[in-house]
Amino acid sequence: MAESKLKLNGTEVEFAPGETLLQVAERNGVDIPTLCYLKDCTPTGACRMCVVEVKGARTLVASCAMPAGNGMEVQTDTEKVRTARRLAVELLLSSGHHNCLVCEANGECKLQALAYEYGVDAVRFSPPAETYPIEDDNPLITRDFSKCILCGRCVQACNEVQVNRAIGFGYRGAEAKIVTTGDRPYDQSDCVFCGQCVQACPVGALTEKKAKGKGRSWETKKVRTTCPYCGVGCQLWLHVKDNQIIKVTAVEDAQPNRGRLCVKGRFGYDFIHSPERLTTPLIKENGEFREASWDEALDLVAERFMEIKKEHGPDSIAGVSCARSTNEDSYNMQKLFRAVIGTNNIDHCART
Amino acid sequence: MTNSFADFDKAKMFFIIGSNMTEAHPVAATFVKNAVNNGAKMILVDPRRTALAEFATMHLPLKVGSDIALLNGLMHVLIKEDLYDKEYVKSCTVGFEELKAAVENYPPERAEEISGIPAETIVEVARLMAANKPAMLMYTLGITEHTCGVNNVMSCANFQMLLGNVGFECGGVNPLRGQNNVQGACDMGALPNVYPGYQKVTDPDAKAKFEKAWGVELDDKLGMMMPAMFDGLGDGKVKGMYIFGENVANTEPDITHVEHCMEHAEFIVCNDIFHTETTRFADVVLPATAWSEDDGTFTNSERRVNRVRKAVEAPGDAKPNWWIFKEIAKRMGQEWESNSGQEIWDNEVSMLAPSMTGIKFSRIEGDGLQWPVPDLDHLGTPFLHKDGCFTCGLGNFKPAEWTPPAEVPDEEYPLVLSTGRRLYHYHTRTQTGRSGGLNELLGEETADISLADAKKLGIANGERVRLSSRRGSIELTAKVTPEVQEGMVWMAFHFREACANWLTNGVYDPVSQTAEYKACAVKLEKVA
Repeated sequence: MAESKLKLNGTEVEFAPGETLLQVAERNGVDIPTLCYLKDCTPTGACRMCVVEVKGARTLVASCAMPAGNGMEVQTDTEKVRTARRLAVELLLSSGHHNCLVCEANGECKLQALAYEYGVDAVRFSPPAETYPIEDDNPLITRDFSKCILCGRCVQACNEVQVNRAIGFGYRGAEAKIVTTGDRPYDQSDCVFCGQCVQACPVGALTEKKAKGKGRSWETKKVRTTCPYCGVGCQLWLHVKDNQIIKVTAVEDAQPNRGRLCVKGRFGYDFIHSPERLTTPLIKENGEFREASWDEALDLVAERFMEIKKEHGPDSIAGVSCARSTNEDSYNMQKLFRAVIGTNNIDHCART
Repeated sequence: MTNSFADFDKAKMFFIIGSNMTEAHPVAATFVKNAVNNGAKMILVDPRRTALAEFATMHLPLKVGSDIALLNGLMHVLIKEDLYDKEYVKSCTVGFEELKAAVENYPPERAEEISGIPAETIVEVARLMAANKPAMLMYTLGITEHTCGVNNVMSCANFQMLLGNVGFECGGVNPLRGQNNVQGACDMGALPNVYPGYQKVTDPDAKAKFEKAWGVELDDKLGMMMPAMFDGLGDGKVKGMYIFGENVANTEPDITHVEHCMEHAEFIVCNDIFHTETTRFADVVLPATAWSEDDGTFTNSERRVNRVRKAVEAPGDAKPNWWIFKEIAKRMGQEWESNSGQEIWDNEVSMLAPSMTGIKFSRIEGDGLQWPVPDLDHLGTPFLHKDGCFTCGLGNFKPAEWTPPAEVPDEEYPLVLSTGRRLYHYHTRTQTGRSGGLNELLGEETADISLADAKKLGIANGERVRLSSRRGSIELTAKVTPEVQEGMVWMAFHFREACANWLTNGVYDPVSQTAEYKACAVKLEKVA
């Protein structure tokens, strides 16, 4: 069997059959910048950021799409490579209207970060004269095609990751654009608003509408937690600023969701900030609720349960626990019923 | 679930029954779709042509409530054609002869008569399943929410054991849990028959263990399940009720009956984060912290105990639920030590539930752990019954006879109503209804009907209709869709006025006491 070894920046490394140069480099701790590359998806080689020099190759090659080959000699950070990457950034910056000052993605834009890293200090080429109108006809996702670099990550996120098949490339050449069937707004298309495209967008072309103006990425604290909806238990990052969740993204590489979310997990978080929240204990008197202190309300509950228990026995009290709250809450509730009230009359809606 | 979500995109064969995964468990569905795109085969069994049907090798649109007949028919073919896993059945299971005798009565022709799935399709599916191993069987509430729910579950297990699919990666019997922490609430003993970790209240050793841990005497008789609790309120057997975070006035079948029962209560306490249709019946409402306002854990469908973390402060005087219970216990004479989610888990739950001994907060900062985790070095259990070695000894075939739903269509109520969830909402919208955007994407409930019924009844898409059962009547908009088969109406329970539970039948599986949400008889009329 042929050996599977290549030279990466002068060091001999092994690779597995089918691995790309990018994967070999990543595994060996060599950083190659990418824009269009989306993990676990078909490589497109569209953005040319990940180019590397391969000895004997006619041109620079896109490492995300190039399978590793035995005996290859690969250089990932030569002057030639850096020059090519700088040019790629310059061309992408002039492909649309990238105004970082007013961009929601400022601070977490990959193109912005690469422009900085590759020392692009002026845009040599003129951007197109016309700008696309911004699409925000739907309540959740803002699309600004003037910022789209046509990397295709959103298309892959929709078709290969979530497999919702709602968007793709449309038109040709300079007219090329990401479209739904019939180039309609999201809310009139097959889109189900999982927002995986937004998470995949490396620039400010796709952003969360609800997060707009709520906080810059460097101002937010990220807290990892588990989604409160179905029984899959997706892992989320809550982006928090000023005691408010302003955005939710998926935790990449985490079990069980591996960077994926659905519409409820990604966008159904702000119920906790609703003005309708209950904020004080309430006691019903003559058919109406009135506000009460915790001591008064808790004393009343304990007193009434003790009365009922004394008069009718512990089995005359029943408890419905919550399948949405934490384990610790459920534990304490069943303990209250068993150890304090003295009955096994505790159940929850496992059946609904 | 016996297996893990990590298996989904690696699997080569799926048998999905009664699970509208793309809407009720969308992220799980993405992995199934990935697998299909990589060549996996999928048999989808569902009365409706759900979105997953686009990806299915074969979609079997069976009649509502005929699952056992279909599964028995499949097993009949497997045995008759000698396609079942004889080695597995011999070494890992008991009760094969009983199963064989039972499914003998379900030749494909009879299964066709009951389920509406052609006999030749049943034969084809059985052969396909036998030829592609292991296969993952997934089900959801389409299997359990029937008066024969337990038998449905047994039949799924029988089928997978007969195929020798239980105990392997990418195999197993995999119920997707409906709510985020249903698994955890069960694990924690919020059930009338078991303490935390499924230790039976009727077992003297378990009782002694918890008596020692909690320093009290405990009762050893089974408690009431939810339907008995509500009926108990109605007939005076139950006087006081504590309802924690549930909107039972909308989620339970036959709302009129549930509300009637609650009206009779002497005293009701609710912990909640919002006023709901249920808190109207409360004497005391206690404002609780919500998700992301307190620290703790959820346990997902694959038995993974995950951290949930406090990210923001709760509004006003809202307090953690565990604190509320602890304070009531104190006022009733008991001082509990644990004072945070972590203390409750580390010092009580993991000390008392053997399957969770190895889980401590310090070990689940990242991806959590799947129980059983018997000790602190154990890395968790991605699938159960390894190699067909069942944790309880041998796998026990429990054959089941098909039984029809408790209420079937007749002249007065000629259609079957089946219910479930829609993508943009959850339960009674206490959360999703207050999350910006989701209401705009789905602002009302519809009665989903077939093209054939729409034509017959002269109803056009988008017209107002009245849907009635023996228990109630609602008005809503008709949605004419090819998803639904003739003779069937489908709707969800997300919206109060047009809630399916005004109509659903308050009848239950005799063992699990799960309601028959998936089948009742209704009539549909155009509103003039």
